[in-house]
Amino acid sequence: MKVVVCIKQGPDTKGGVKFNPDGTLDRGAMLAIMNPDDKAGLEAALRLKDQYGAEVTVLTMGLPKAADVLREAIAMGADKGVLVTDRVLGGADTWATSTTIAGALRNLDYDLIITGRQAIDGDTAQVGPQIAEHLGLPVISYAQEIKVDGDKVTVRRQYDDRYHMVEAKMPCLITALSELNDPRYMTPGGIFDACKAEITTWGRADLKDVEDCNLGLAGSPTKIAKASDKVRKGAGEKVVPESPEEAVSYIVGKMNEKHLI
Amino acid sequence: MDFSLSKEHEMARQLFKDFAEKEVKPLAQEIDEQHRFPRETVDKLAKYGFLGIPVPKEYGGQGCDIQTYVMCVEEMAKVCGTTSVIISAHTSLCVDPILTYGTEEQKKKYVPDLASGKKLGAFGLTEPGAGTDAQGQQTKAVLDGDEWVLNGSKCFITNGKEADVYIVIAVTGKVEKKGKMLKEISAFIVEKGTPGFTFGTKENKMGICGSSTYELIFTDCRIPKENLLGQQGKGFAIAMHTLDGGRIGIAAQALGLAEGALETTIEYVKERKQFGRSIAQFQNTQFVLADLATKVEAAKLLVYKAAAKKDEYRTNPKISYSVEAAQAKLMAAEVAMEVTTKCVQLHGGYGYIKEYNVERMMRDAKITEIYEGTSEVQRMVISGALLK
Repeated sequence: MKVVVCIKQGPDTKGGVKFNPDGTLDRGAMLAIMNPDDKAGLEAALRLKDQYGAEVTVLTMGLPKAADVLREAIAMGADKGVLVTDRVLGGADTWATSTTIAGALRNLDYDLIITGRQAIDGDTAQVGPQIAEHLGLPVISYAQEIKVDGDKVTVRRQYDDRYHMVEAKMPCLITALSELNDPRYMTPGGIFDACKAEITTWGRADLKDVEDCNLGLAGSPTKIAKASDKVRKGAGEKVVPESPEEAVSYIVGKMNEKHLI
Repeated sequence: MDFSLSKEHEMARQLFKDFAEKEVKPLAQEIDEQHRFPRETVDKLAKYGFLGIPVPKEYGGQGCDIQTYVMCVEEMAKVCGTTSVIISAHTSLCVDPILTYGTEEQKKKYVPDLASGKKLGAFGLTEPGAGTDAQGQQTKAVLDGDEWVLNGSKCFITNGKEADVYIVIAVTGKVEKKGKMLKEISAFIVEKGTPGFTFGTKENKMGICGSSTYELIFTDCRIPKENLLGQQGKGFAIAMHTLDGGRIGIAAQALGLAEGALETTIEYVKERKQFGRSIAQFQNTQFVLADLATKVEAAKLLVYKAAAKKDEYRTNPKISYSVEAAQAKLMAAEVAMEVTTKCVQLHGGYGYIKEYNVERMMRDAKITEIYEGTSEVQRMVISGALLK
C-alpha cells in the first residue's frame, strides 16, 4: 500500500500573526511549523504504515526551506520526501496550488492521498478536494477516523452536529482534521537519518499534464485585496431587562439591527 | 570554532523542548509534592528513544552523539529536575559502562533492552563510608565456583527501586601497590530479582523528589561469573571513568535547571508590578538578570565543550575528557545554585511558595553540587591535572 501525504509549512500563529506593510504575511517574523491538520494526516498515514506496512511519501510545495517540513515528517517515520519548488510557482492561490500538486502526484504511485483539511494561514479547505478533482479521484473530507480494509477505505466524516460514515474504493483522497489523532513526536535517531535523507526536488518541468496558465501568481484567479489579524471581540454590553418579554424584544431588536434576522 | 548548532541538533532541541513542555512539565510539581516516580513519563521517554540517544543503532539505540543526549537532559531539566536525572543515571551510569567495558555478549544481552527503555538502569558505587574514596568500600564479591557472591549495601542509588539492571562496584580481594596492601575493586552487572538482592530505605530528599533513591542490599546474592564487567581489579577505574561521563549528564541537568529558572523569572519580572511599574524596569532586576544570563551562557559553553570532547573520545579512546567533564559540572552546578537562589529572590515572597516553580528548581539545583562527585571533588580532579 502506498500513501502520499501532502503537507505544508505554515506560520506558527501561537505568538501572534505578523504582517508586512502591504498586507501579506511576514513569514520571516514567525516560526515555521508543519500545518496541524497536515500533521494529523501524516500521523494517520504512519499508523497505516505501522499496521499494514504502507510506504509513506510526503509531498510539499514551497520555497527550498520547505524541505525542513519534509525532514520533520521523515524524522517522524515517513519514507520519502518530495519538494516541488520553482520561482514560476510562487504566489499561487488554491487553484494554482492544487494544479501544481496534482501535476506532481501524476508522477507518483499511490493508493491513498491524504491532505490536511486546511492550512493555518489560508483556512480555505479547498486544495485537498481540488487535487482530487484534477486527478479524477473520489474525495472524503473532514476525516475523524480512517479504516482500511482491502482496497476500501472507511472514514468517519465530521459533519456539523453528527458524523457520516463514508466508504470509498482506493485510490482516493482524504482530508484530515487535526482532531483525527495525536501526532507522534520525532525520534532523535529519526532526526539524524532525516537530515541525511535525500529529498527529491521537482521544478515546473517535472510537473505532468499541467498548463503554465494555471500556475503561480499569473495562474491564480484569487487576488488578495487585504489581510488582517482576527478582530478581537469587544467586552460586550450587560443588560438587565425587567421581564422576559422585554429581554426577548431587546434581543430581537439587536438581531434586526445586525441583519441577523 | 563554530558555536552554531547543526541542523540535526536544532531539530533535536526543538523535539526535546516540545516533549518537555507537553509531557514533562505538567507533572513536575505533582511528582515533587508526592515524591512519586513518574513511570508514565519514563514509558514515553522509552517510546521515543530518549533512553538510548547516544547508543549505536546496532545495539538498538538512536545512534546520536553526546551533544544530542546532553540537550535532551538539559531540556528536561528546564522543566523537571527529576526527569532529567532519571535519563542521566540510566544512560551515563549504566548503559555507557556496559558499552565501554562490556563483552560482546554482555552488550547484546543488556544494551538493546536498556536503549529501548524496556529496562531501566542504575549504578551502585556509594556506600555509607565510601563514595569517591574507593578504599572505604565494604561491599564484597567472592568467586564461588561459577558464581560471584555479593554481600554488602549501597546507598543513595538513583533509579534505585525502579531500575532493572545495576552496575555494582565491590571489593574482590587485596592487591599490593607500592608496598601497601590495597583493596581490589571490580565492577559487576546485577539484575533485579536476583535472590539476595533487596532494597532498603527510600531516601526522603530535599530535591529531585520524584527520583527513586534507595539503598541496595546484597545478602549472599549470587550472580553468574560472566557478569563481571571489565577486568577483575579494574572496578575503580571503570567507576571513575563512568562518573566522568555521568558528570557531563549532571552538568547538563544543572544547566537546564539554571536556564529554566531564568526563563521563568524573566516572564515573572515583566508581569509583577511594584511601585507602579514592572519589576523588570528596576535596574537591580536588569543587572541581576544580565549577570545570571552571562553565567548561564558560560556554563553552557563548558557543558557543550565537555560533550564535544566525549564525542571525540568515542572515535579516539586515547584521549581523556575527565577535566572537561569536571569543569563543566563544577561550573554548571554552582551557576545553577546561584541562578535558582537569585531567581527565588527576584520572585520575592512568591518565590518561596510551591506554586511558583523556582523554589523547586532551587531545591533540585543543590544536589548537582553534590552527586557524582561534589564540587570539591571536581576541584580535586581539575587541580590534579594542573599539578601532575
